[in-house]
Parts: sequence; structure tokens; C-alpha cells
Amino acid sequence: MVDVAFQSGSAVSVAEQVDRAKVLQKLRLGDAAFRHLTRAAAVTVLVILSGIIFSLVYGAWPALQKFGFNFLIEESWNPVTEHFGAIAPIYGTIVTSLIAMLIAVPVGLFIALFLTELCPLWLRRPVGIAIELLAGIPSIIYGIWGLFVFAPFLQQHVQPFLIAAFGNVPVLSTLFEGPPYGIGILTAGLILAIMVLPFITSISRDVFEAVPPVLKEAAYGLGCTTWEVARYVVLPFTRVGVIGGVMLALGRALGETMAVTFVIGNAHRISGSILAPGTTISATIANEFTEAVGDLYTSSLIALGLILFVITFIVLAFARLMLMRLNARLGT
Amino acid sequence: MARSGVWPQTWRVPLKHWTAIAAAGFLAAAAYLPANAADISGAGATFPYPIYAKWADAYKKETGNGLNYQSIGSGGGIKQITARTVTFGASDMPLEPAELDKIGVIQFPTVMGGIVPVVNLDGIKSGDLTIDGPTLAKIFLGDIKKWNDPALAKLNPAAKLPDQAIALVHRSDGSGTTFVFTNYLSKVSGEWKSKVGSSTAVQWPAGIGAKGNEGVANNVANTKGAIGYVETAYAKQNKLTTTKMINKDGKTVTADSESIMAAAAGADWAKAPGFYQILTDEPGAKSWPIAGATFILIPKEPKDAAAASEALKFFAWAYKNGDKMAEELDYVPMPDSVVTLIQSKWKSDVKAAM
Repeated sequence: MVDVAFQSGSAVSVAEQVDRAKVLQKLRLGDAAFRHLTRAAAVTVLVILSGIIFSLVYGAWPALQKFGFNFLIEESWNPVTEHFGAIAPIYGTIVTSLIAMLIAVPVGLFIALFLTELCPLWLRRPVGIAIELLAGIPSIIYGIWGLFVFAPFLQQHVQPFLIAAFGNVPVLSTLFEGPPYGIGILTAGLILAIMVLPFITSISRDVFEAVPPVLKEAAYGLGCTTWEVARYVVLPFTRVGVIGGVMLALGRALGETMAVTFVIGNAHRISGSILAPGTTISATIANEFTEAVGDLYTSSLIALGLILFVITFIVLAFARLMLMRLNARLGT
Repeated sequence: MARSGVWPQTWRVPLKHWTAIAAAGFLAAAAYLPANAADISGAGATFPYPIYAKWADAYKKETGNGLNYQSIGSGGGIKQITARTVTFGASDMPLEPAELDKIGVIQFPTVMGGIVPVVNLDGIKSGDLTIDGPTLAKIFLGDIKKWNDPALAKLNPAAKLPDQAIALVHRSDGSGTTFVFTNYLSKVSGEWKSKVGSSTAVQWPAGIGAKGNEGVANNVANTKGAIGYVETAYAKQNKLTTTKMINKDGKTVTADSESIMAAAAGADWAKAPGFYQILTDEPGAKSWPIAGATFILIPKEPKDAAAASEALKFFAWAYKNGDKMAEELDYVPMPDSVVTLIQSKWKSDVKAAM
């Protein structure tokens, strides 16, 4: 390309000099077109988002009008009498995500710290690739694996142990009560933990690697232990990225549908025990939407979708707020 | 200045591609449209999808006319036919006659299927266990909690029933299977009718939900002491442990195409407006008590009379030539007497019928 340019440059003629204005004009036009194109792409996002919000509200309106605020607090989900309440799926969504985050956040951060700070070089690539593969597995595979392999394992080995071990402990006995079905809230939470782990790990690893070595070396030079370096140098330096990764993972956990549907037990009940079957918002929609007959039923399912949208929005807004306050306090 | 000879050309190349792509798109659309116009379109229930697809394939080979059926679910099928975006809709749950009039369609059954309880108990094989309707309702209400309950022991004096908790498995997705099953329980148990009722999805008093026949089957297979319900075809193909049932006449029957056909024959279709007939708890010594048909919805005054007429031709062909194909897929074909009724209904009610 450069050669060609030089050749044409060495043979400058009068005609080409005149063309120059034209060419510049063309370039300017191209730039303007590019600017408009990118702006259109950005505006499209806003249009789509508001379109989604509008259609959710519009679709959910009959149900919201009929049940009002009670839709949020009633447990009954009865397609026969057309009486719907969303608290059971809301509860299931939040509890399964909570279990998933309780497990995945520490484990994910530890994996990332190990990979960046402690891991021998030859092990780094295999573990890193394994984590990324974990992220690439489609959720239906997690669901099938959960139903055929993981749930029977939990049912035969883990759940009887939990029931026996905590049977006499006041609060925990309620938490781990009931027959070991194998599937239920806990199983869904565990599957979700495995599914969101790669998000937390790979994002944290990337941001941990971005920590300037000189900071860490200085800390080590002062006599810090690896734990102290991780806690007081790496984590504070990368907190924005880490929280971003955690929120991305939480978003996936809240919305995950297929894998959860397989292992949660799909029962519209709130139970004190996390071994009992429950349901989540997305699982309910996926299960019931195709055969939902009647306007109120369909509308209630869309209202569930709206609630999930709002929950996700609140989570993201909360994360932003937390970051802003953190940054303001630390003056960065 | 030196670059000026190069730049415009480099961004003209993708433009050429775009026109080529757009042209190809228009050509594809143009080629697709006429073919689409000649085809019959239908949408709805998932349960009969395999047989509709098979019929459509054979019909296309014979007549050259295609059928495009989308198994989007019964609810979707009803919505689509109400909006008249398809030639016919399909539903596993029959609509009430009043509702048919409201949206201006007629409905008729195409094929039938049965539903059978499946269990997972050590030492119990298919047919070893017999259950009657009221007991089945009590089990699914959660009133009978153990397998050695006196009610079950009385029905099965020969079987060795364990002192084991009953784990209930039901469908989590809305389905015609659930509709037929709960319809049966409502007919045989007043308590079920008042507490739970009957629909494609209900508020289950107990148990866990699993997606699809395969989900129920797997959860039953994984859980000792479990009971669930699946389509007979599914139970047969996957060799699940099924139970016998006691029917309305007090006879013990096994779920097979013969007993389901007997249930259809026992039903009084002529007196059922809109063919609103659910084949549960039907009389007859051989009748299997939990069966149901799947239905087609077609407008009385179709927007596109030619397409509607084509659709009816297709179903007439299927009633005449499709029985064997249906049986191969373990559906139960409609008895000839019912088909005669259906076809006279077409003539009287659908404008532009054959």
C-alpha cells in the first residue's frame, strides 16, 4: 500500500492536484457517515431497551391492575382459579442467587489470586483454560448434568448427611429439613455457583494481572505476606473490576433459566428448608409460558418478567452506587 | 495527498458487498414467498407435533401440498388462531363451546393418547400395582403419604408394599397431559375438584415439578418411592414401571391402544357440542380411565377460504390414510364413527369446506 502511494505521489500531475479537494470532501463525508452510524448504533440500544420496558409493562398491566400490590406478596399461584402471586418465584430467585454468590465469590477470587500470585507457571495455562471452558459450556448441559449426575449424588451422599448433622441445631435444622429429594433450592444454588464461577475468576484474574508489579514488589519488600499483599494491595487496587465481575455473575445467576429449571423442583411454595423444591422467576416463565391459556395467566407471567427486570436493575444500580461511594471515600 | 489514490477504493469495496448481499436477500425472499403462499400453516400443541409432521411429510409426497406446523404450545395456538395469523390452531385442551363461538372457530379431535401412573418401588414391576381413582387423588393431594397405606394395601393384597414415603412428581410445564390427568382426578374426587381443579397447570398441593415427560420419568427413576404420570406412548417407549387402574365399571385395565380406543368408543361424541369431550372416567368394561384427544381449531369463516379448504383436505386425508402412521408413533387414531361426525360438522359449519 505504501509503495503504491509513493509511486502515485512521485507522478503528481495538475489533474490530481484539482482532485485533491474532491477527495478531501469525500473523506469528510465518510467521517460524517461513520459518526452518524456509530451514534445510530448507540441510540438503537436506548430504543430497544425502552421498547422492552414498554412491552413488559404493557403485557403485565392486566395482571398488575387485577392483583395490585398483592401480586408481590402472595404465595398462591393457581392457574385454575386464575389467582396469581409472585412471592414464591421471587424468593426462589433471590435465595438461589444468594447461595450461588456465597460460594462462587470466595472460591472465584481464591482461584484468581492463586493463578496470578502463587501458581507455578506450568499450571497457569491448564487451570486458566479449564476455567474458560467452564464458561463456554451451554446452560442446558449444566441442567442435564445436574439432573442426572449431581442431584442423585446430593440425594444419596450429601443431603442425608446434612439432615443428620444439623438435625438438632436450632436454626440449621429448619434450613436442612425434609426428605432428600436431590433436587431443590440448594441444588439449584450449587449449580449456579459452578456456572458463575468462571465469570468471577476470569475477570478478577485479568484485573489482578493489571496490578503494577512495582506495587506488589514494594509490599513484599516491606515484608508483607502473600495474604497481606492480596488483601491490602491487589484487592484495593482492583476493586472496581472485581465488583464488576461479581455483578456480572450475579446478573447471570438471577436470570439463569434452563439449568435451574432442571434441578430446582419447580414448586410454587416457600419453604424454610433449602433442601425443599422451589421455583425461580425465569424457571416459572420458561415452564409455563407455552401452554399458558388465558390473558390473566399470560399477563401474570409477563409481570414476573417485569419483576426480574426490576430486580436486575436494582442490583446493577446498587453496584454502581456502592462503587461511587467507595471511590468518593478513597478519593480516587 | 499520497494516500488519496488508495482510500476511496478501500471503502468502496464493502459497499459493493452490501449491494450483493441485499440483492441475494431479495432473491431469497422472492423465491420463498410463492412457496409459502401455497402451504397450509398451523400452530399450537406440542404433544401431536410428531404425528402432524409425519402426516405432512407423507401428504406432501402424495399431493405436493406442504403443511407448516409450528409446535409453539396450546396457548400460543389458540392466540394465533384468534388473531387469524395461521390457517388452523391446535390445542391439547379442548375449548368450551361458548369460547369457540366467541372466537368463531370449530374444533375437532385428531388423535388420542393415554396417561398412565409410573412408579419406582423395589420389587414392583409394570402391572404389579393397581390403583383406583379416589386413591390416586388422595396420593396426589398428599393425604396418602406412605406406600403401605391401608387404602393401597387393600387394592393390592398380593403386592409387598414397603413402609416408604411417597415422593410425588408432577409436570412443571403447562401441558395437555396435566390437563387430562387433573381432569380425571376432578371427576373421581370431589376434594380434588374443590381444592385443586383441572387445567394445563395447577397449584399442586405437594411434590416436585419436572419439565416434560422425560423430566417426570427421570425424577421418578431417580427417586425411590416416587410416583408420577406420563403419556402411555412415552412409558412404553422407555419401558417405565406402569400401574394398572380400576375404571368406572370397576374393572382392572392396562394402558394400551386397545383400552384407549375403548374409552373413545364409550364416549358420546354426538351429544358433545364442539366435540368437547375429555376421555376420562369413561364407561365401558375395557376403557382406560385417563385418556384424551388433541384438537384442531379452524375458523368458521376463514379469511383465506382456499387455505382453509386445503387444511380440511389434509385432515380428511389423514383420517383416511394416517391411522397406521399414528399407531407407529404410539398415538391412538380416532374411531371411524367419530370421523364421520367430524366431517359432517365441517360441511355444516365451515364456509368454503370441500
